[in-house]
Amino acid sequence: MSASLDQIFVSGKQWLLSWLAGAPEWVIQIASSFINIFALLGVFLTLFALMSVLERKILGRIQNRYGPNRVGPFGLFQPIADGIKMLIKEDIVPARADKIVHFLAPVLIAATAILALGIIPYGRNMTPFNIDGGILFFFAVGSTTELAVFMAGWGSNNKFSMLGAMRAIAQMISYELPLIITVLPVVMVVGSLMPNTIVAAQGGYALGFVPRWFVFTPWGATAFILFFVSGLVESNRTPFDVPEGESEIVAGHMTEYSGFKYATFFMAEYIGMFAITGLATTLFLGGWHAPIRMLEFIPSYVWFFAKLSTLLLVYVWLRGTLPRTRVDQIMNFAWKFMLPMAFTCIVAAAVWHYAGRGPAGWLWSLAVIAAVYFTLSILLDTRRKFAPRTYRFAE
Amino acid sequence: MNSVAFIVIAIFTLAAGLAAATLQKLMHAALSFAVTFVGIAAFFFLLGAEFVGLVQVFVYIGAVAVLIVFTILLTRRDVEKDRGFNWSGAFIAIAVFGGLIWAILKTQSLSVAAPEIPALTVKRIGEVLMTNYVWPLQCVGLLLTAALVGALILVMEEKQ
Repeated sequence: MSASLDQIFVSGKQWLLSWLAGAPEWVIQIASSFINIFALLGVFLTLFALMSVLERKILGRIQNRYGPNRVGPFGLFQPIADGIKMLIKEDIVPARADKIVHFLAPVLIAATAILALGIIPYGRNMTPFNIDGGILFFFAVGSTTELAVFMAGWGSNNKFSMLGAMRAIAQMISYELPLIITVLPVVMVVGSLMPNTIVAAQGGYALGFVPRWFVFTPWGATAFILFFVSGLVESNRTPFDVPEGESEIVAGHMTEYSGFKYATFFMAEYIGMFAITGLATTLFLGGWHAPIRMLEFIPSYVWFFAKLSTLLLVYVWLRGTLPRTRVDQIMNFAWKFMLPMAFTCIVAAAVWHYAGRGPAGWLWSLAVIAAVYFTLSILLDTRRKFAPRTYRFAE
Repeated sequence: MNSVAFIVIAIFTLAAGLAAATLQKLMHAALSFAVTFVGIAAFFFLLGAEFVGLVQVFVYIGAVAVLIVFTILLTRRDVEKDRGFNWSGAFIAIAVFGGLIWAILKTQSLSVAAPEIPALTVKRIGEVLMTNYVWPLQCVGLLLTAALVGALILVMEEKQ
């Protein structure tokens, strides 16, 4: 019973494809791809709609107010109202804007965001596009986003747009480095770039009850935190939302966009967030594996989406808690702290592997990470005393 | 199936390359150039060289195209100006094209059937890089590190 429930979507797809039995091979291949694409878009656009209303609800709770509660029960139909509003808004293109680039930027940014979703294993046998270099594909597609952001900023011909794009690209390039380097220990330990293999390597239990997720090893926990913070920056979320800091540069690279194009940017940001948290789940949190043996009867995709939603909840929680950081603080943090720690994770993973992947390896890799962490904290300590602020130009 | 895909990608890549060479605005040309890179990556995918195709997207679109676009933005004031026609550029392009055609026609292996090669996985590429080609790999790593340090020194504030 639980096995068939686990595979219900896979067998559903098989059933749909059985209608095409006897058709040429390439027809079946194309049909199979289309089913995957529609399933992905259906699930994640629904999740986007849900997330947009839940985020406002949770933020409202944090700020001691109600949040949206007018449309439908508990305000749950708010996304539909928002969608209609966005669709019927006037589409304004500035007279001096570069029309083609201005139009193509949201298209490119949404396309790349959705492509990245394709390689994540959502459940047992549920990877839409199972390619050999899946992890590499994710980052290759993700690196295209920078060009799209630049196109939006430059195409709008507006100084706020350009400033926002510059800020976005600067922080995205800086944090892409720790983001990718923190993935390396996992790839090293598993010996594969294929997401399915990485999830399979995290199955089973150490000592009989601790799941073999990488987040339960010292190097994995460090890499997970670094990955999570870099993911926050890559998706331009608070506290790293300087590219669109509304109180400084209107809305950054999205300043000159209105109506549905703005909605596309908004959607791409959320889809990018789902992709990065999905990858974090796959790499460090055991993908679709259950945390306790007793709970393995619950279908694998439920576990995946439970972990995904937990990470998304942390995103919203951070947004409701932390103020915006300064640009120079973000950069200093990336190059002076994140990058050395990311390299340490590689060393710690190697130590863990050669010490036998057991309790001894666990302690040794913890020692490596602790040593580097404390050295860094001594080196980076500026010994600045806190005093009343002095102004250089605004006395 | 493959030849149809080849023709479609070839037309796409050539059109993007032509646009990069002839478009009036420099920024449009740079962006078309990025599209050309996508076309070349598509060729690698068609040949089954998945890894090289992904690296092509990663390096050339994620880094080189962004670099080109930034260079144009930060160094030229006349981004909007008409570029005119560059005769020396056309001459060099035709010369390179002629040279390549000559080299291809001279090659003997065109008529030889390609030998069966095992599927090229990322794992095998990694193994070969870490065994047979470890010296070139280390040299490239050293070169890139030197470039990184050099860039840092260039932008470092001079102490008073």
